[in-house]
Amino acid sequence: MQIIKDFFNYLADPRLFFLLSVAALVLLMWKREMFAGKAWGYGILAFLAVFLVFGAFDPNFLLIIAKPDNVPIVGLIFLIVFFTWYSLRQGVLNDRRIAAGLGPEEKEEADRVWVWPDLVYTELIALVLCSVVLIVWSIVLEAPLEQPASAAATPNPSKAPWYFLGLQEMLVYFDPWLAGVVLPSLIIVGLIAIPYIDTNEKGNGYYTIAERKAEIFLFLLGFVVLWCSLIVLGTFLRGPNWNFFGPFEYWDTHKLEALTNVDLSQYLWMRLLGTGMPEFWLVRESLGLLLVFAYTFVLPVVLAKTVFKGYYEKMGPARYYVGAFLFLMMMSLPAKMLLRWVFNLKYIVAIPEFFFNI
Amino acid sequence: MAVETKTVQPQEPAATRFWNWLTETQVWKSVFRHNRPDNDRNRVLVMLSNVFLHLHPVRIRKSGVKLRYTWCMGGLSFFLFLVLTFTGLLLMFYYRPTLEYAYTDIVGLREHVPLGIMREMHRWGAHAMVITVWLHMFRVFMTGSYKPPREFNWSVGVVMLVLTLLLSFTGYLLPWDQLAIWAITVGSNMARATPFLGYEGPGAALLAIGDVKLVHAGSDARFALLGGTFVGEGALLRFYVLHCVGLPLVIAVLMAVHFWRVRKDGGISGPM
Repeated sequence: MQIIKDFFNYLADPRLFFLLSVAALVLLMWKREMFAGKAWGYGILAFLAVFLVFGAFDPNFLLIIAKPDNVPIVGLIFLIVFFTWYSLRQGVLNDRRIAAGLGPEEKEEADRVWVWPDLVYTELIALVLCSVVLIVWSIVLEAPLEQPASAAATPNPSKAPWYFLGLQEMLVYFDPWLAGVVLPSLIIVGLIAIPYIDTNEKGNGYYTIAERKAEIFLFLLGFVVLWCSLIVLGTFLRGPNWNFFGPFEYWDTHKLEALTNVDLSQYLWMRLLGTGMPEFWLVRESLGLLLVFAYTFVLPVVLAKTVFKGYYEKMGPARYYVGAFLFLMMMSLPAKMLLRWVFNLKYIVAIPEFFFNI
Repeated sequence: MAVETKTVQPQEPAATRFWNWLTETQVWKSVFRHNRPDNDRNRVLVMLSNVFLHLHPVRIRKSGVKLRYTWCMGGLSFFLFLVLTFTGLLLMFYYRPTLEYAYTDIVGLREHVPLGIMREMHRWGAHAMVITVWLHMFRVFMTGSYKPPREFNWSVGVVMLVLTLLLSFTGYLLPWDQLAIWAITVGSNMARATPFLGYEGPGAALLAIGDVKLVHAGSDARFALLGGTFVGEGALLRFYVLHCVGLPLVIAVLMAVHFWRVRKDGGISGPM
């Protein structure tokens, strides 16, 4: 039993957790024909349920899972897994029909039905079921109320509301001005921009994967992996001092984690050149600033001429550059994660004089 | 003498007779302008003559009524919003947003209201609404329903998603317990680092006249959000007003726009 728990504790390490989530998404998209089978969908859900029940016997696991405000996230895990699988399945089924020349299933259902009774009764049933679920949930589980607010007693860990824990997890890799302000703003802007950037006319109003592979992969990467799975990570696997704890691990306040992270400028001036840090910040951080500039402004141009040539020609310069910028900003999180894990890199640009750390 | 034969009609059940009588009364007829929607004409009339049902079209794509296609998440989000408005209104009767009363009012609500589940319904409903709104966005993306001509409505939806999170975030503070104040402290500390507008944000030092800083702890974005330099009395009042009045008003207006545009952009999405 302990071996199984140790195995899952090991898998849940943020590095493995993230890489496995990405790998799972790639595999799911790649082998979607296979995963579209009902056995896979229900099998994965059954595995999750068994894991949950098995885990509930562990006191440490139960403590996190059963925290009243965490219950919705347990639900979220099941719902996200189910609907990701379900929408892929719908897409695969439609793709088969399209390949056979039949057109998507929704096309066959283009004829109109009366809203009364077909829709209003569906709505009524949904409404009654939703009420029942909510009332039962409210009777069974009491809303949390802790000790009265006290500015003197800081809880450890201090966590934001659960839906912002993905952002709080980003604080491990970025300073607050990026993780808390700039990147969230770009998420909103990016979401709003989606319909204006995406020029693919296909896949409007029906499920499909084959006709919109890149769009769907990027959205799932952003929504399911970077947003939802980081919320799960931040809720269940981050304990005191925002240290990592496996699902079956005791939240030890005194767990020590060595802070061995090094800035890029320190790598350059102290380790590579051995000259010591220059006085003037612009000289000191020149390499980092250059890299960030290249990533933000040069890389889109290079990509337009090489890998994304097709997209550039199809989308035109305005759409392409806005889209490429937003894409690179989204990818800056996994990029920074990898740099941290591989090189212990703290900041690419570190100018604490102006609170300007990247 | 010839025997008179009398044919006796089988008598209708009492409920039917009552129903027939009721639907003929002046009161009933003044409310419902048509008979039961069991023929095509009345199915049209029921949708057109009722302001609430009028949100719907009269007829709709067959795929649009399938759970398989819609997951019902948009509808559930709206329903949860209504539940939250109703339970929130009831909670407002018991709750005073001051440091003196906020926490004890919640304790009172828990201890003194027999069988009370309004706070539970409000809290779990709010969590559920965040999830249903996300899943609604997920479904709309996976069916490509944001594509022309529905681009603008997607944008309105994104703004409402943000408002949903802000509604939940402002409500999180109101119980004024440790969970509330520290979650809001962690969240609002981010505003301190806003570029130019937060006093620990990049560029804020540039906004100065001589030695006088324009952006400091008492004038930055976080101060505006909290009405103070820490999560205290000012923050509680601001969050309360935003939670109960400001944000619901804005999101209600946007909902009207959203539903209206669903209709005007050609109804529920489907293949051309």
